[in-house]
Amino acid sequence: MTRGRVPPALLVPAIGGLIFLVLPLAGLLWRTPWAGLPQRLTEPGVVEALKLSLLTASLATAVCLILGVPLAWMLARAEFPGRRLVRALITVPLVLPPVVGGIALLLALGRRGLLGGWLYSTFRVSLPFTTAGVVVAEAFVALPFLVISVEGALRGADSRYEEAAATLGASRWTTFTHVTLPLVAPGIAAGGVLCWARALGEFGATITFAGNYPGITQTMPLAVYQTMESGDLDGAVVLSLILLAVSVTILAALRDRWLTAP
Amino acid sequence: MKLRIVAVVLALSLAGCGGTTDTPAASSGSAGVTGTVNVFAAASLTESFTTLGKQFEAAHRGTTVKFNFAGSSALATQINQGAPVDVFASAAPKNMQAVTEAVAPVTFAKNQLVIAVAKGNPKAITGLSGLTAPGLKVALCAEAVPCGAAAKTALATSGVTLTPVTLEQDVKAALSKLKLGEVDAALVYRTDAKASAAEVDAVEFPESAKAINEYPIAVLKNAANAAGARAFADYVLSADGIAVLTAAGFQAP
Repeated sequence: MTRGRVPPALLVPAIGGLIFLVLPLAGLLWRTPWAGLPQRLTEPGVVEALKLSLLTASLATAVCLILGVPLAWMLARAEFPGRRLVRALITVPLVLPPVVGGIALLLALGRRGLLGGWLYSTFRVSLPFTTAGVVVAEAFVALPFLVISVEGALRGADSRYEEAAATLGASRWTTFTHVTLPLVAPGIAAGGVLCWARALGEFGATITFAGNYPGITQTMPLAVYQTMESGDLDGAVVLSLILLAVSVTILAALRDRWLTAP
Repeated sequence: MKLRIVAVVLALSLAGCGGTTDTPAASSGSAGVTGTVNVFAAASLTESFTTLGKQFEAAHRGTTVKFNFAGSSALATQINQGAPVDVFASAAPKNMQAVTEAVAPVTFAKNQLVIAVAKGNPKAITGLSGLTAPGLKVALCAEAVPCGAAAKTALATSGVTLTPVTLEQDVKAALSKLKLGEVDAALVYRTDAKASAAEVDAVEFPESAKAINEYPIAVLKNAANAAGARAFADYVLSADGIAVLTAAGFQAP
């Protein structure tokens, strides 16, 4: 670490950046009707939306871990043609506006969609307007976050441990489960947390693909939006604050437990 | 189909211009009206107000009408949060009343609900009670939006208990879920079904007469372009304006 005065050319924009990020939060706290807060927390609609949000974000994270860790491993460790194209494709949902993602999901998995049409005619299964549909929308938006951070962790990990395991006769699968996974566990945890936070805040793809119905598809961000739209600004502020408090608490708890800050 | 409606609208409005002399000064190009007029209008006014805006611009050279179409409740919230707006046209008096800056709102049209279904009515829906059939998916507007409030009134009047699969943020969103085939029916305005007649059929139902929406229009107190705002509101209320609105399926106030 180098010592000496922090150059003003770095300090001033850094403070500006911090204020830019913190100011909207201050606005939210400033407008919060604190007196009515406990009462709002017990409203059945609020509890319902919060439970649904936590459930769907956790399920979406589970889906992302099951699909995303192997995908990240393929990108980091396996040699196959078109790997750069695959990596580019994975980042598409990252740059896609979530509403566009929602429309794309409808056209793919809706009742008349590319795959959804077959699902519906064969199994009478239709994802829009179901809680499973919310999980799909959230996982679609959050998966790239997990894949990219796990791939980064894999690339940063020392591959000599894996080579040693292979030299000692371990199969690729055994190496993956006994060496690679423990090695990058902190990276996977960090990616999972990022993925969960993104899923919890998901709005555009959810309302477009899964619709909006209390108890089934109305997650907290949708409830905030609808409350705001109906002219109840105080209500919207309170709901936002609850979502913020819950997510920050959970993230802080996870950080202390799994993520050791450098 | 949309082209045909526009053609009918144009024909009607031309007839209106030629025949009567009771059209206000607005349509004959009054002096002092220039610049941009920002209009916030209910989603159900999308087609008719777009047409009216073009006619208004043609009648008043040098003016531009900019629209923001959305659910009336969302628009009311935006206006109360300080959105720059000259004219507000809501789909129900309730959302107009929520806007404290609105000066002397006037009703300019009425609208009522129909059951929009896929072309050819494949599920053979004939009335509100038909919407409760098991497995049938129905989209409604959220209650805060006028089409949702009207749907609630109509359902309460008929005694039908309906569980929709989604509560959409404005009438166009509800209609698009039907167009995509994700729902089997949606309660929308007659005018929305008419504007999308190429893709959907409308089933009229008697209870909708008990839930007629009145559309108020008002100039905002702090309108940046007060003259333009007044002229546009007058144009909507003129014979030309009413002609466009009735051609779209609205009822005269």
